[in-house]
Amino acid sequence: MPATLNTQPNLARPDDFYEALIEMHRDLDDAQSQAANAQLILLLANHIGDHDVLLAAVQAAREGVADMPGAAAPAA
Amino acid sequence: MSNIDYQRLSFEYQPCAEQRGAQADGPVHPVVVVGAGPIGLATAIDLAQRGVRVVLVDDDCTLSTGSRAICFAKRTLDIFDRLGCGERMVDKGVSWNVGKVFLRDQQVYSFDLLPESGHRRPAFINLQQYYVEGFLLERAQALANIEIRWHNKVVGLEQRADGAVLTIETPEGCYPLAARYVVAADGSRSPMRRLLGLDSKGRTFRDRFLIADVKMEADFPSERWFWFDPPFHPNQSVLLHRQPDNVWRIDFQLGWDADPVLEKTPERVIPRVQALLGKDVKFELEWVSVYTFSCLRMDSFRHGNILFAGDSAHGVSPFGARGANSGVQDAENLAWKLAYVLQGHAADTLLDTYASEREYAADENLLNSTRATDFITPKSAVSRVFRDAVLTLSKRHAFARGLVNSGRLSVPAVLHGSPLNTADADEGYAGGMVPGAVCADAPVSGPQGAGWLLSHLGQDFTVLLFGNPDAIDAATLADLSALRQGTVPLRLVYVTDAAQPAMTCSSATVLRDDQGLAAARYGAAPGTCYLVRPDQHVCARWRRTDPAAIRAALARATGAGLAAPAPDRIAA
Repeated sequence: MPATLNTQPNLARPDDFYEALIEMHRDLDDAQSQAANAQLILLLANHIGDHDVLLAAVQAAREGVADMPGAAAPAA
Repeated sequence: MSNIDYQRLSFEYQPCAEQRGAQADGPVHPVVVVGAGPIGLATAIDLAQRGVRVVLVDDDCTLSTGSRAICFAKRTLDIFDRLGCGERMVDKGVSWNVGKVFLRDQQVYSFDLLPESGHRRPAFINLQQYYVEGFLLERAQALANIEIRWHNKVVGLEQRADGAVLTIETPEGCYPLAARYVVAADGSRSPMRRLLGLDSKGRTFRDRFLIADVKMEADFPSERWFWFDPPFHPNQSVLLHRQPDNVWRIDFQLGWDADPVLEKTPERVIPRVQALLGKDVKFELEWVSVYTFSCLRMDSFRHGNILFAGDSAHGVSPFGARGANSGVQDAENLAWKLAYVLQGHAADTLLDTYASEREYAADENLLNSTRATDFITPKSAVSRVFRDAVLTLSKRHAFARGLVNSGRLSVPAVLHGSPLNTADADEGYAGGMVPGAVCADAPVSGPQGAGWLLSHLGQDFTVLLFGNPDAIDAATLADLSALRQGTVPLRLVYVTDAAQPAMTCSSATVLRDDQGLAAARYGAAPGTCYLVRPDQHVCARWRRTDPAAIRAALARATGAGLAAPAPDRIAA
């Protein structure tokens, strides 16, 4: 059975993680923040490894853009 | 012989039989090949070796100017071996297997394209295109079945139900040239494609690259070196390759805004080269070119009796060496099918599988080429952010090195899903020799001593049988013998294990698998049996030798299972 993307609560320490994520960007300009985000995504993706899970996450993120406040739906 | 300056050769126009003849209609040639580049020459040689007469026309009278395609892959060399000119290519070429990728001044990644021994040919040779064309031309000139007509330019084209008639323009005027089939190997700007009103569709990349071929004494190793953002050429990529005759290919990414005319001038090129080599290194500029590229292909490689091959049918970026190499594979796929149709071993519909198989291969090449190009030339700001993130991570984290894409180098497509394949009836084969795969090489010894398995496969269909000929029962032997009395030529090759004493057999080739590599690579046990196509692709395999199954697979591989042509195709 292919692995599925777990979207139920799974973080060991959710508030601590969130704070660390924001803290990662402290004193960074926009370009540096973008670079940090990209590196984080790549590191996490490699850790997950499973292609189906990654594709499900990519799709969920893409769909999430449409749910953003004031966002127009992305082109299909 | 290698002292010939192939770039300076010029070939004379001579009036042909059609022009000298009085009658309005000349003969109908079995095959006319348009374009005497590497793909046209390879097609013509392969056809001629199969007993098909070929007229090869070219609108010019010279070989390639400049080194152009320089990387020739193992599969191409294996094909050139079958065409009788592989040894010359490898003797002259620079063999290499290893590529290295640098970020700024630090190596982040390296790959070995042929990490195992026991293959006749290396992963790649680098050899200037004019040598490749020159060696192919000399081979073609040695074959009585090939007539080459220089300064013969196709300016008109009429498709007929049973062939095509080209209008050929020469220094002495035009003449009609009739053929049953025409192979259009006339390059990326294909006049044949234009005459049919067809497009090759895809993406053009907004980037420019400078090729500087420089002649110098240097001690860089025979490896492919690729830099992202090197100190000597900041923010862009550079590729370094060694060619024969002390010539080095340096490929500088320039960006879309570069002026292609200005960037070709020595005043601009020399400082770029000096930045890489150092001020004190003496070198001469051998050839300079500024290019852009596209990734595109025609929707269909077959249009009636016209078959497109090489750059006329598909175009890729140079990163991955998938242009000329895939074109030579087109040539080999097409040649045996044309010969089989013309010689009555197969129906015309077999040629439809040339189109479908090579369109499939082109898609694989385009996918790899486009991915490499998107990495080297990011097409958006966020694409650049991720590219740079991969490169940055690659310095410290092993996982990211596999994502660094400076070109995934040419390997032959596995023709999964080809209608000519017979699906496996058994399971559990080790090795990668699935139906559709190109046969792997292996060292073997035979009647002529030590040699290579690939030298004994292909040209005709081959039954490759692992085991001792003595171990096969008389009834099976009789059935195999009957199978070989059929109309389709069929070779029989036994591969015995290393423990067998050398033996000969009057009706088959017997090879000994001295190192056990053939059995390992083919996942073979005694009795394992492969049916190999004339282009050295596997089309069927079995765990035991079953002549009835071989007969059925052979019929399938020559097109017996294909649907009859649609009426409009016949009329096209």
